[in-house]
Amino acid sequence: MFGWEFPPHITGGLGTACFGLTKGLIKLDVDIIFVVPKAFGDEASKGFRLVSASEVTMDFMESEQQEHWNRIKYMEIGSNLIPYVGEEEFETLTGMDERLLEEKNKSVFSRRYTFSGKYGKNLMQEVSRYALVASAIARQEEFDLIHAHDWLTYPAGIAAKHISGKPLIFHVHATEFDRSGENVNSVVYDIEKKGMTEADRIITVSNLTRQTVIEKYGIDPSKVFTVHNAVEPSGHQVAGNVTKHVKEKVVTFLGRVTYQKGPDYFVEAAHKVLKKDPNIRFVMAGSGDLLNRMVRRIAKLGMGTRFHFTGFLAGQEVDTMFAMSDVYVMPSVSEPFGISPLEAMRSNVPVVISKQSGVSEVLKHAIKVDFWDIDAMADSIYGILHYEGLQKMFARYGKEEVDNLKWENAAYNIMEVYKTIL
Amino acid sequence: MRYINLCFQVHQPYRLRTYRFFNIGHDHQYYDDYQNRHIIRRVAERSYVPANNMMLDLFREYGNAFKVTYSISGPALEQLLQYAPEVIQGFQELSATGCVEFTGETYSHSLASLGNKEEFIRQVTKHRECILELFGQSPSTFRNTELIFNDDIGLTVSELGFNTLLTEGAKHILGWKSPNFLYYSAVNPKLKLLLRNFRLSDDIIFRFSERGWSEWPVTAEKFVGWLNKIPQNEEVVNLFLNYETLGEQQWKETGIFDFFFALPGNVLSNSPYRFSTPGEVSKQLQPVAPVLVLYPISWADEEKDLTAWLGNELQDEAFRKLYENEQAVMNLGQPDIIKDWERLQTSDHFYYMCTKWFSNGEVHKYFNPYPSPYEAFINYMNVLSDFIIRMEEAGQPGPTEVPDVAPVKEPLPAVKKTAKRTPVKKKPEAKKGLAKK
Repeated sequence: MFGWEFPPHITGGLGTACFGLTKGLIKLDVDIIFVVPKAFGDEASKGFRLVSASEVTMDFMESEQQEHWNRIKYMEIGSNLIPYVGEEEFETLTGMDERLLEEKNKSVFSRRYTFSGKYGKNLMQEVSRYALVASAIARQEEFDLIHAHDWLTYPAGIAAKHISGKPLIFHVHATEFDRSGENVNSVVYDIEKKGMTEADRIITVSNLTRQTVIEKYGIDPSKVFTVHNAVEPSGHQVAGNVTKHVKEKVVTFLGRVTYQKGPDYFVEAAHKVLKKDPNIRFVMAGSGDLLNRMVRRIAKLGMGTRFHFTGFLAGQEVDTMFAMSDVYVMPSVSEPFGISPLEAMRSNVPVVISKQSGVSEVLKHAIKVDFWDIDAMADSIYGILHYEGLQKMFARYGKEEVDNLKWENAAYNIMEVYKTIL
Repeated sequence: MRYINLCFQVHQPYRLRTYRFFNIGHDHQYYDDYQNRHIIRRVAERSYVPANNMMLDLFREYGNAFKVTYSISGPALEQLLQYAPEVIQGFQELSATGCVEFTGETYSHSLASLGNKEEFIRQVTKHRECILELFGQSPSTFRNTELIFNDDIGLTVSELGFNTLLTEGAKHILGWKSPNFLYYSAVNPKLKLLLRNFRLSDDIIFRFSERGWSEWPVTAEKFVGWLNKIPQNEEVVNLFLNYETLGEQQWKETGIFDFFFALPGNVLSNSPYRFSTPGEVSKQLQPVAPVLVLYPISWADEEKDLTAWLGNELQDEAFRKLYENEQAVMNLGQPDIIKDWERLQTSDHFYYMCTKWFSNGEVHKYFNPYPSPYEAFINYMNVLSDFIIRMEEAGQPGPTEVPDVAPVKEPLPAVKKTAKRTPVKKKPEAKKGLAKK
């Protein structure tokens, strides 16, 4: 399996999803070699091997690889494959030492989703270096099929397929259209399209994404399968330890503050709700390129003492935030899947999600609105906070529903896809 | 006789600590004690202590031929008493020479003059009592926060018994007139105005160590030469500086202390100028003309207006949400609430939220604890939210909640009032200054 991140070094839903999937597959007795561009050493790897692309030894005596000698040397220092970063940030990041880089990972990653822009040749070089290492792994390791997650790993997947002749499966967690709207980067699009065409099977995280793959990339529908994501059952009970210190109800947005996530619709809906009932607090947790604009907007709307910003949250802080929340809102403009509402429901928090998200395909006990319909969004928030019946119902059925969305089931469905080509 | 007034502002805010959403509702410790202590100690060691010692030496040397004036804010006094009491002792020794005037200001170096008249009066009175207690003087000269002034403020200050006021010699107010005279307020002739000579003052504050400047290095001889070039009939030169200019903004190594130590001797022997204080000058000289100030001026930046503290969405929202609490705070009257209420009003918090510096740098980054105005706003509003909760819990209804029509076009209610009430014709250029942002 080729990925680009793995817990705890995650920047978005992808790392979490890969983790859940591998765990689910292991339970089905699948052996996995998981390759990430850079293993930090503290990733949770139980029962499968985590191979860092930076640590793979290559047989440098082989003549066709001689010319790549210098590059491979560099790989040993560390591959800097960074998912959510554009060219400029990439250059700044790679200029730093590793410790800084690791710190940056947390802040910069979560903030940037800018796939809208141009990619530098450096990022593309990293992608091809990764592919090169992939071919080495394909030579050394024994396996039955190749499973690659999202475009940065597609060239690696193709390389591995060419070397080994084993079937190739692409797992589409997001497409360039989700990241950049209609202003797609043609280089990325080409990689995606080439990858999807070469792949033997394609797995999409939602029907929404499946539709995109078929329509925008012209892929044969018969090889595209939808396997919805799931959520880890809450291992620890946080809610008990967290004391909520504000007496008002708390409505939360949690995610990157970027165009894709629709933070501006959340702000406008908050304004509408506060006009009706000022005794509510809104929290925007996360950072991103739209954050400053959101801060100015809430100041302009006069919500300064009712609308709060926490900056980027990680790990325990996320659980604490959910534990303090009374409603979770995910107003994404475009969301291939969207795991965060499931995490909220796991903490007994009712959710309002946009219809433009993959997760809305699997949830029954959630309020679904169009991302642009701030009236409906405001109405739903107000309703959940004020009508006890709604709260009770969501608390009772929501958690149950989420607990039934197990990674084992997702893994089972993936196995079914595997079986069609093995 | 020609006069030179040397006036120093001493101010240090209570900087806020990183206060997050998660702290709201149960954590009422708002200040970064470690950083505040660290900065006070550093400034005391580099600036206040050596500067006070130098002043004492100058008094020993020149006796009452040398004069100096201080405005010390409440937060500076409190923090110095706590972390650097030797500085307060130094000021007391200076006061004992009889050649030092202390001016009045708002207790917490606030923008209360623009936010709430009752609070302004309360703070000015509190500061005056504090100065009386520490230095045995009851100020008769007023220096508002950041030299902010308009006619309306002038009226209130007169009501409080001040007869002299220091403000900026802003070009858009003076027009062709020189700042080097004694003026009086157009709406109240009893209030004398002394205007800062910003060119000479800024030569020291900003340009003293600027090696690229054609006049570098500035020596006492050269400076006296500039003073002598001022037309003979102009009577008073007002140099208003931050005290931290000595040793902190301009490091000791730039020769700033040597410059000041040499200045009195040079002035006294090579020029017709004599040192004085604002109170003395306003008694000695006849004011030459009225000055009309409809819209507030200040000593900040090129614009000499309020845009360093108010005007962008962040500043206006924070300012409005803060002053909505005045009534509730006063009704409660609890000492700890009042203490935080005062500290939250300090102008620096609003200064950190200014977006002007994206173009206009160094001065403003000075001691600014935040990487951007947005962080400053978020942090301040979190603290303010907790402050409001405390008042609500203490039984006050709290501020009026989110209003229906949000955007505030006019950030300053005080301005509107003045414009309506003042019978005199409007000055177009003054208006421009405010309408900007």
